Amino acid sequence: MPTPEQIKERIAAAFPGAPVELVPNGSPAGQPSLLLEPGRARDIARFLRDDPELRFDYASNVTGVDWPERLEKPKPGEPAARKTPAFLEAVYHLYSMALGHGPLVIRLRTGDRAAHVTLPSLTPVWRSCEFQEREIFDLFGIIFDGHPDLRRLLMWDNFAGHPMRKDYAPARDPEAEP
Amino acid sequence: MNPHPQNDLSPHGIVLTTIEDLYNWGRKNSLWPLQFGLACCAIEMIAASMARFDMARFGAEVFRPSPRQADLMIVSGTVTKKMAPQVVRLFNQMPEPKYVIAMGACAICGGPFRDGYNVLQGIDLYIPVDVYIPGCPPRPEALLEGLIHLQEKIARQRLAAPGCPTRLPESASGEFPVPQFGAHDLVGPRLRQPRTPDANS
Amino acid sequence: MIAPPPELPPRPAGDPPGHDLLEVALGPHHPSTHGVFRMNVILDGETVVKLTPVFGYLHRNHEKIAEHNSYLAAIPYTDRLDYICSMTNNWAYVLSVEKLAALAVPERAEYIRVIVGELTRLLNHACLAGFLLQDMGALGTPLMYAFREREKILDLFESLSGSRMMCNYLRFGGCRCDLPPGWLKQAAGVVAGFGPFLDHFEALLSENEILRARSQGVGVLPPDLAVNAGVTGPGLRASGVNYDIRKVDQYGLYKRFNFRVPLGGQGDVFDRYMVRILEMRESLKILDQALRDIPNGPVMDPKARLRNLRPKPGEAYGRIESPKGELGFYLVSDGGPNPWRYRVRPPSLVNLTVLEDMCLGHSIADVVIILGSIDIVLGEVDR
Repeated sequence: MPTPEQIKERIAAAFPGAPVELVPNGSPAGQPSLLLEPGRARDIARFLRDDPELRFDYASNVTGVDWPERLEKPKPGEPAARKTPAFLEAVYHLYSMALGHGPLVIRLRTGDRAAHVTLPSLTPVWRSCEFQEREIFDLFGIIFDGHPDLRRLLMWDNFAGHPMRKDYAPARDPEAEP
Repeated sequence: MNPHPQNDLSPHGIVLTTIEDLYNWGRKNSLWPLQFGLACCAIEMIAASMARFDMARFGAEVFRPSPRQADLMIVSGTVTKKMAPQVVRLFNQMPEPKYVIAMGACAICGGPFRDGYNVLQGIDLYIPVDVYIPGCPPRPEALLEGLIHLQEKIARQRLAAPGCPTRLPESASGEFPVPQFGAHDLVGPRLRQPRTPDANS
Repeated sequence: MIAPPPELPPRPAGDPPGHDLLEVALGPHHPSTHGVFRMNVILDGETVVKLTPVFGYLHRNHEKIAEHNSYLAAIPYTDRLDYICSMTNNWAYVLSVEKLAALAVPERAEYIRVIVGELTRLLNHACLAGFLLQDMGALGTPLMYAFREREKILDLFESLSGSRMMCNYLRFGGCRCDLPPGWLKQAAGVVAGFGPFLDHFEALLSENEILRARSQGVGVLPPDLAVNAGVTGPGLRASGVNYDIRKVDQYGLYKRFNFRVPLGGQGDVFDRYMVRILEMRESLKILDQALRDIPNGPVMDPKARLRNLRPKPGEAYGRIESPKGELGFYLVSDGGPNPWRYRVRPPSLVNLTVLEDMCLGHSIADVVIILGSIDIVLGEVDR
């Protein structure tokens, strides 16, 4: 399989003007991921699926991750602690059944956690994202634009809130029960 | 009077008993469970009805899919808040006399999933439970012991109040209230309140 | 309470007035939905014109609980995902943690993992064949035979880990404890007896007229749709796509074992049943090789920290070929003792993407069989 750096070059060549960032991965597993801008993400996804050398025809896992604002320790030379940006993230793991390679990890990030929570849905490209994106909408609150049927998946329909967010307060403090 | 008239009569094919004992003997040895499995404990319930553990010996092999024909509900598995109204509705549809076994830690108190936004801390918040079987999951032998406890409980029930087996509440409809979905939790009257900590702790 | 389906199909042309479509809720309490699963089915007579699955009746917020617990404390919760196959759930999770924290696994532990993993595959496929036949109307007898074999395997798991179903046996870096004396001999006996059981099972069932009439041509899944919809496991291979993660990723020691991957031709219910029967035979081959070749040695990496493991900040995705399909765990670490994000990629949920496609145009009796052939477990679908 081409490395993520090489795939980034190919995407940059096919979609000039669509920024793609390589996000490093600190764990020993080590594989970096590609951060796509939401604007052209669906076209890039289609390119990843249909390009004859890549053929990422199978989106295995679609995950939401919540990154609330945190205070980072100041780096040497900086005066004060800075706040990390707050956003919600959708992470896609792509494999190729035709060519037997993978995974390629792509990420999409929202603007913030409150007002700008819309991302393009990749269900029109890979149907396996259908239920998994619904689950991210249900539990994290990311609105997927272009999803054929965006409803809650696991919680009941008039449930309020998005339970997997880090700041979700449950109805009753569970530690109160002995 | 002969304290054990039974011994003199039974060689002649005569059985001496009370109507209560006879009625209870018939009921306890032919309990028909509702075919109702929620989660992992359901697999052990199925294993208990299979050839190795064989619940048929105790008369309880006929699992009925319809609550109208069942008299025992074995709540086996985690009851989530989304499923709780259906559990209470099914219990309401069962005809009297009816019994509930809470099988497994999740049905008793929420179990390992207790601290969760979608898990009910025990089914006895909404319906009355007769026998609690702890375990995660309880072995099939534990389920059989729970069934035997229930049979002994049935054997002690009386035909007339106050020990009679009906449990219809005083409410006008004669049914247990079905919880409704609120914004974050179930709303509606409960049978008991979740336990709260001591003021001193 | 439940949202209505997004759009209703148009009424058939030339219908007499008063001809209506009937909406039926199949589940969540239903003898054949394999757990608390609900399908809102719209019927035209007996034919399905729309099917909407409803999930969440067993959503036990496993992922949220794992964020509050350490990496070690999440292992018993993984048993309860696909509650029929606890050992393979453990394996997928510990594989992900091993990728996240770069932990090595001793060779004997890898052999033990293959042995318990394949035994789990045997008991899962046997139970599935029993439940599928029960859905078709053979009320109980094939299930009794399958559960009889399952009990023999559960005895092995109980003497190894202390529990029949929720084994909690694998750890990141190896296994919790070594095999007890005599276990390998007992396992070899169970494996030797499984082959004749499969012959007996097949003699009664695979040529059975009713099974063939009810399952051939029913619920066909075309291979392109299967790949695009992310179907994995025996359902994918029954549609003819050769993708078995044991052969693709070669995790553990699977590259040392000689086994074939059965593929189906039509992708109907009968193919999904037969692929599982053939996979059971291949598992028996793997078990024979593993039981013969298992070396002596330690079962735990001495450098692995079980308690208070704090992997470096980063992420990892580990996946295995569980009996239901691709079971993966995506873990994000922020350097602390608890995972920042813990995600289970459930094969049963993603395999259900194509449930409606397979059921359209079939009768409602076939819906039950098609659902049975997908092989779902609600603990995994809803987590």
